Amino acid sequence: MPADRTLTVAVKSREATGFALDVWFDAKPGITVFFGPSGSGKSTTLGAIAGLIRPEAGRITLGDDVWFDADANINRAPNLRGVAYVFQSLALFPHLTAAKNVLYGMDKGIAAGDRLARAHDMLARWKVPHLADRKPATFSGGEAQRVALARAFAMRPRVLLLDEPFSAMDHELRMALVDEVRGFVDELGIPALHVTHHRNEARAIGDRAVLLRDGKVIATGAVEDLLGPPRSGDMAFEETPFGGGPLGRDERKP
Amino acid sequence: MSDSPLALSFQIATIATLLAAVAGIGFALALSRKRFPGRNLADALVTAPMVLPPTVLGYYVLVALGRRSPVGHLYEAITGSSIVFTRTGAVVAATIGAFPIIVKSSRAALEDVDVVFVHAARTLGASAVRAFFTVQLPLAARGIFAGLMLAFARSLGDFGVTLMVAGDIPKETQTASLAIYDAIQAHHEGDALQMVVVLSAIAIAILYTVNRLTMKRDAR
Repeated sequence: MPADRTLTVAVKSREATGFALDVWFDAKPGITVFFGPSGSGKSTTLGAIAGLIRPEAGRITLGDDVWFDADANINRAPNLRGVAYVFQSLALFPHLTAAKNVLYGMDKGIAAGDRLARAHDMLARWKVPHLADRKPATFSGGEAQRVALARAFAMRPRVLLLDEPFSAMDHELRMALVDEVRGFVDELGIPALHVTHHRNEARAIGDRAVLLRDGKVIATGAVEDLLGPPRSGDMAFEETPFGGGPLGRDERKP
Repeated sequence: MSDSPLALSFQIATIATLLAAVAGIGFALALSRKRFPGRNLADALVTAPMVLPPTVLGYYVLVALGRRSPVGHLYEAITGSSIVFTRTGAVVAATIGAFPIIVKSSRAALEDVDVVFVHAARTLGASAVRAFFTVQLPLAARGIFAGLMLAFARSLGDFGVTLMVAGDIPKETQTASLAIYDAIQAHHEGDALQMVVVLSAIAIAILYTVNRLTMKRDAR
């Protein structure tokens, strides 16, 4: 029986702008969709999980491992959490080649030769081996996403955060990458949070969903229960703001 | 190295730029990262040498590092020579001119680097120090290098503070800008002209290079 790998997040934070974040949810191994309009606190929550933002109150744990506990004054540094964070902008290091980007997060305990071989192997698994010696400025949008994912999985993360990394892609490419991400996440057996405001992407990628609005979790549960059955087309969240479907009912809860 | 005024200027400006670089980049990092009380005051104090009269700066240096000051006394006890009115004093004078330029340009270059790259480095397992040296510094390198070149040009041409703090001792502290003044005073226009041409050519070459460096950065 492997150790408990559930990510538990309960954080409160008040920003200078008056925006108040107060979220609580669990993410078991597998993909949890983080669904909500812009400005609902998704990125702030991801930042807190990664250790890049310090919330005012609350607790973040991975199994028995305490990453953040405001009362106990525990706040583990981001580099010691093992969180792979795929940013919306991808944040590939522009001065490093694809191979060096992938190498950057790999365990320094592995011999240099093996590390390089693994980095190339990871680029090959993401179908971009030809980019190994090239720098990000020369990548297409889809290539950059594949290199960013290769870099994220090469560090053998304990938690994966995806902040709308596919937002700039067309529907088919997005769905292809979604499948590949799911394969890697299942292989590693880690919890992954996938931010999106595309309903169909949410349905395709996640088993569970956490719905956010105005800094609060308004519902958690199975994706189909929360977001309804698949519809034709690929409606973005903004175009259907909690209208119709089960989501509308959740919203009317006090 | 020869003791000609031009050679002396180069020697002093190089050492001063290196000294100011180490301290200045570190200071710029602190100013760009930490929100400590008095941060704006610290910034103003660092920038002051850009606008204060050289005589005022020279006065401060003489008070702080002169033979009767604790620092000057200690330095003399250890090395056997004083800071002021030596080549060391000339380096101090040139460093004071270089420091604010390096702080200003390095701070701008470091703040120009999108914080998401530093965040990415941290989540990929880099300590704050490693993230700085492997990501933020290389991405800011172009702007920092441009600042170093400007600082070098500034050090090369220092006149007032050098005169106040290091005097005008031939083959010891008489840099090119001091030698030009002396040559003019002594009606040796020919000697002055040679140094004037060299200093002007270097300044223009540096400014041209800095422009090209910063232009490329914007286009990136």
